[in-house]
Amino acid sequence: MSEVGVHDRTKEAFQDLAVAELPALYSLARRLVPDGAEDLVQETMIRAFRSFQTLNEDGAGGRWLKSILVNVFRDQLRKRTRSVDEVLVDEVEGISLYRILVDVDPLPYSDTLHVDFLRAFGQEDVREVLMRLPEIYRAPLVLRYMEGFSTKEIAHMLEMPLGTILARLHRGRKRFEAELWAYAEETDLLLKEARR
Amino acid sequence: MTEAQSSTITCSEAVRQLWDYLDHAISAEDQALVEQHLSFCRSCCGELEFAKELREFLASGDSREIPPDVQARLERFVQEL
Repeated sequence: MSEVGVHDRTKEAFQDLAVAELPALYSLARRLVPDGAEDLVQETMIRAFRSFQTLNEDGAGGRWLKSILVNVFRDQLRKRTRSVDEVLVDEVEGISLYRILVDVDPLPYSDTLHVDFLRAFGQEDVREVLMRLPEIYRAPLVLRYMEGFSTKEIAHMLEMPLGTILARLHRGRKRFEAELWAYAEETDLLLKEARR
Repeated sequence: MTEAQSSTITCSEAVRQLWDYLDHAISAEDQALVEQHLSFCRSCCGELEFAKELREFLASGDSREIPPDVQARLERFVQEL
């Protein structure tokens, strides 16, 4: 990864940083939105270029660009969704994928059922499952567990109270577990895994 | 027994807190209650191991791949700024 020097805020320095970070930014964008990842990255570049002078931490360029991308995503989300589609707590609260797998035992010849279940998912399968989640749950999940941002950082980027982020992470995890199972059933993913 | 004296939580309460427990996002008191529950509950230990697997599974789902045509278009866009 190329990082800019402390005082190097030229257009060329921005372009070097931006080009080096394109794969990571595009990857993040694809996990946040079902369509329009490229547009999201472009809008991020415009906004980041305008505020490049404010980047004051040496070596933090990649993280800085990601936080701008999340800000752009947040603003787009606000325009798109007037009402928030919160999932009723009871709908997901009791879900345990661990228990479902124990009870159903979909891979009866496996000694490592839970690991083998997860191993059946390719990266595109994971993206498909993520896209089944409402955006309000998907974004905190991606940012916390795939990108490694702290819950405080996520609350700051999405401009939400920490308690809201923690609640959405909890529901998002449960919803993610439920959707992993539903996706595996609908796509016969486990039949393919069992034949391996 | 008063509530303050009780040091046991239910399985559903323990499971509800497992990810926050792994994130160290709960109080030291709750952390101790989860650990106390895990010390005798085999089923919840299984839930804990699976929560760890699921976290690793999510963390490894980041491919950092970008199709060459998209990379080329975005590079051109950056050069035009």
